[in-house]
Amino acid sequence: MIGIEHYIVVSSILFVLGVLGIFLNRKNIIVILMAIELILLSVNINLVAFSAFLGDLTGQIFAMFVLTVAAGEAAIGLAILVIYFRSRGTIAVDDVNRMKG
Amino acid sequence: MLHIIAFYLFAALVIASGAMTIMSRNPVHSVLWLILAFFNAAGLMVLIGAEFIAMLLVIVYVGAVAVLFLFVVMMLNIDFAELRAGFMKNAPLGVVIALVLVCELVLGLGAYRAGIIELGTPSGEVLLGETNIAQIGELLYGRYLFLFESAGIILLVAMIGAIVLTHREQRSPRGHQNIAKQNARRPEEATELKQPGIGQGVEL
Repeated sequence: MIGIEHYIVVSSILFVLGVLGIFLNRKNIIVILMAIELILLSVNINLVAFSAFLGDLTGQIFAMFVLTVAAGEAAIGLAILVIYFRSRGTIAVDDVNRMKG
Repeated sequence: MLHIIAFYLFAALVIASGAMTIMSRNPVHSVLWLILAFFNAAGLMVLIGAEFIAMLLVIVYVGAVAVLFLFVVMMLNIDFAELRAGFMKNAPLGVVIALVLVCELVLGLGAYRAGIIELGTPSGEVLLGETNIAQIGELLYGRYLFLFESAGIILLVAMIGAIVLTHREQRSPRGHQNIAKQNARRPEEATELKQPGIGQGVEL
């Protein structure tokens, strides 16, 4: 029988893959954004699994809000990426220091 | 039995496509692997009876977010070979951090298996005999109404922000011709009759 541990293992592997993706593709901000989507997906799997095995729907409601924030984050991130590409002609982000912050 | 086979199939595919997302050379392939990962995650969620979230995942992620990624990857003319230059240089640090994270997660899971950590107590009232989407609707438009509204506001702010960031004024190649202004122009306001005296100039 599939228990909650199976789901937690799958979602932790996916989470670690997302973190690894951020480190491997330090220059390519598009793949960094995709890795962040993977991390949010693993969090969603975790929330839904706990919700289902606990018999409490609050986790699924929370997963919906995570989904909302992920969609907004992707839209804003890609918009920033597009205007950055327009002004610089590249999306290499490992040495972004224009604002000297 | 079928349930178990389906779980392992979806789990293996979601992990494999997640790995291919971060490893593949071409970002277009990355997006396509990401779409496969979302589909399989939706399958995993269907298996434990969360159909609504699974459908939402397919519609929102595959239908909107992944297509947005595809548009951006294909519209910008990016030299991806240059961006992969530091891939092998960053790999050792990334693998070390990933291994540390895996160890921590395994330790946490072991603590749960040993019985130190307990699952919480249910708080949302589960209406038995209803479908999943009906129960979510009850909760979303009842107890979590304000959270739902604020999620809508977050989406509105994200939409306006994306439009404001990327919008450019359209300029026609032949200067700025305002046709409405041209048509509204009348002879009376464009010309003026003067009767200057002899030997005097006209002051404009």
